[in-house]
Amino acid sequence: MSEEIIITSDLQRTYKMGGEIIHALKNFNISIKREEYVAIMGTSGSGKSTLMNLIGCLDSPTKGNYWLNGKLVSELSNRQLASIRNEEIGFIFQTFNLLPRMDALHNVELPLIYRGLGRKQRLEKAKEALVQVGLQDRMNHRPNEMSGGQRQRVAVARALVTKPSIILADEPTGNLDSKTSDEIMSLLDTLNKEGHTIILVTHEADIAAHAKRSIHLVDGLIQSDSLN
Amino acid sequence: MVIFEIIRVAFQSIIANLFRSMLTMLGIIIGVAAVITMVAVGSGAQRAINDQIESLGANILNISSSRSYRGGISRNQMTLTVNDAQMLKDESKYIMALVPEIDGREQIKYKNKNINVTVVGTTADFAPVKGFKIEYGNMFSLSDDDAKRRVAVLGADIPGELETNPHELIGSIITIKNQPFQVLGIFEKKGSVGYRNPDDDIWVPLQTAQYRVQGTDRLETISAQVSESVSLEKAIVEIERILRREHKLLPGKDNDFTITDSRIFLNTAQEATKIFTFLLASIASVSLIVGGIGIMNIMLVSVTERTKEIGIRIALGATRTNILFQFLVESMALCILGGLVGIGLGYGASAMLNEIAGWKTFVSPSSIIIAFAFSGIVGLVFGLLPARRAAMLDPIDALRYE
Repeated sequence: MSEEIIITSDLQRTYKMGGEIIHALKNFNISIKREEYVAIMGTSGSGKSTLMNLIGCLDSPTKGNYWLNGKLVSELSNRQLASIRNEEIGFIFQTFNLLPRMDALHNVELPLIYRGLGRKQRLEKAKEALVQVGLQDRMNHRPNEMSGGQRQRVAVARALVTKPSIILADEPTGNLDSKTSDEIMSLLDTLNKEGHTIILVTHEADIAAHAKRSIHLVDGLIQSDSLN
Repeated sequence: MVIFEIIRVAFQSIIANLFRSMLTMLGIIIGVAAVITMVAVGSGAQRAINDQIESLGANILNISSSRSYRGGISRNQMTLTVNDAQMLKDESKYIMALVPEIDGREQIKYKNKNINVTVVGTTADFAPVKGFKIEYGNMFSLSDDDAKRRVAVLGADIPGELETNPHELIGSIITIKNQPFQVLGIFEKKGSVGYRNPDDDIWVPLQTAQYRVQGTDRLETISAQVSESVSLEKAIVEIERILRREHKLLPGKDNDFTITDSRIFLNTAQEATKIFTFLLASIASVSLIVGGIGIMNIMLVSVTERTKEIGIRIALGATRTNILFQFLVESMALCILGGLVGIGLGYGASAMLNEIAGWKTFVSPSSIIIAFAFSGIVGLVFGLLPARRAAMLDPIDALRYE
C-alpha cells in the first residue's frame, strides 16, 4: 500500500504576538503514506508543535491546504473537525492527559462516547485495546494508581481504540525514564508493524531512530527529510 | 446516546465534589423551600376564605340600617323593622328566604355562671341561609316562633364559656334576661368572619326576641336569599322599591338602609390575600436567584479547574456542543437536586407552621411544579455563561493548561 494519508500544500500558520506577526510554519509541503513511521524533529520554536496541532486538527492553517485520508480538512468547520479528530486521529501526549477521576477502562472508552457507540460495545472495544497494550490486569486502576509507563500505555490504548488513520505521538517518552521509554517505543514499533501509521514528534535522536523516516524542522521549514 | 453519558459525567462530577456541591445547592434549597412555604401560607389563607364564601350560601343579600352622619358623629339609626321584613316576604317575587335579625347583648346565666353575649332573634331559615349547621339537638321551628316560646340555640363556643359540655346543655334551662330558656340545639363551629365571631352568639325565635327579650321591632339586619334564576341587581331594585315605600321616602331622598352582597367583603379579602401571596412568593424568589448566582460562581470555578479535562475531551472528539451541554447539565442537575430537597424542606416547613403556629397552610401541586421548573430555569440561565466559557476554550491552550 502506498496510498498517501497526509498531504499538505503550502501550509502556513502565522500568529500575532503583540504587534508582531510570527511565521510558525512557512509554505510547508509534506506527504505521508499509509503505514509510514515518521519522526518530526526540531528544537523548540522550530514549528513542530504548530505542525502537530495542524496535523491533529486542533488548529486550522492561516493559508494552504491539508488533506487527511482524502478529506480536505483545512476548510472544515469546528463540528466537522471534532469528528475528524475522533475518527482519524489517535493522540498520545507527553503528559499522558488521562482523566484522573476515571479508571483505565473508562479513560480508553472516552473517545468512543463521542462517536456515539453503545455502552456494551464501547467497553468491549476498550478492553480489547487495553489487552493489546498489555494492561489486561490494570483495567480498573485509576491513573494515580499506575506508574508512568502504565499510564502512557493507557494513553496508547485510548489512541488505538478508535482505529484511527494516524497515531500522533507528541514527545511520548518525555516524562518517562529510559527503561519505560524503551517499552513504550517498542510498543509503538509493534503497532507500526501491525499496520498503524505513526507520526512521532520528538527532539531526541534516539527516540526518532525508531521511526523509518525523519523530518527535521528549522524555523518553520523542512531542513531535511530522510529515510532511516 | 451521548446525552446519557453527559448526564452521568455531570453526576460523577457532583459526587466527586460532594461537599462543595451541597454548599452550592444550599442556596437553591433555601430558595425553593422559601417559595413553597410562602405560597403554602398564602394558599392556605385563600382556601380558608374560599371555605367561608362557600359556607355563606348562594345569592345572599344583606340589608342593614344606614349609618347617618350628623356633625361628624355616627348614629346607628335602626330603620328596619319586623314589618319591613314581613312586607318583603309577602311582596317580593325574587326572595326565596328571608332572615331578619334582632340583636342585643344580654346577660346569660347557667348554674353559677354568668356571661354577657349577643342574643339574636331570628327565624328558622337562619341556619340554611347563613350556612350554619346544627351539631347537637335541633334548630327551633316556625311554631316555636309563632308561640313565642322561650327556646334557644347556642353558638359552638358557648358550652365552653359556661364551663360545661354540649350534651349536658341540650334540654337544660339557661337564663336569658332573667327568663328561663330551654336549650334546643348547638351549632357547629363556624369560625370568625371579619371582626365578628358568631360562635359566641345565642339564637332565639324572632317573636320571642321581639316581645320577651329585646322588646323591640327594630332589626339589625335582614338577609335575603335571592332565587338563583334572578340577578342580584334585579332583586336589589325590588327590595329598594318596597323598603322606600314602607319607609315613606320621598323621591330624591337617600335610602335609610343599605343593601350589600355579603360576598363582596370576602372577595376583597380574597384579592388582598392573592396579592399578599404573590408578594411573599416574589420575596422568596429573590433568594432563589441569589442561589442561582452561587451556582454560576461555582460553575465558573469548576470550568477553570477542569480546563485540562476540557482540552482532552476536545482532542478526543468532543464538539463544542458536547462541552456546553456537559456544564449546562451539571448546573441544571445541581439546581434540580437542590429544588427537590427544597420542595421536601418547604413541605416540612409548611406542615410545621400548620402544627405549631396553627396557620392553615396548603402546598398546592402547582406551586411544587412551578418551584421545580423555576429551579431548573435558574440552573439553565446561570449555567449558560460558565458552559459557554468552557465550550469556547481553545483546545491547544486548554491542553497546555496546568
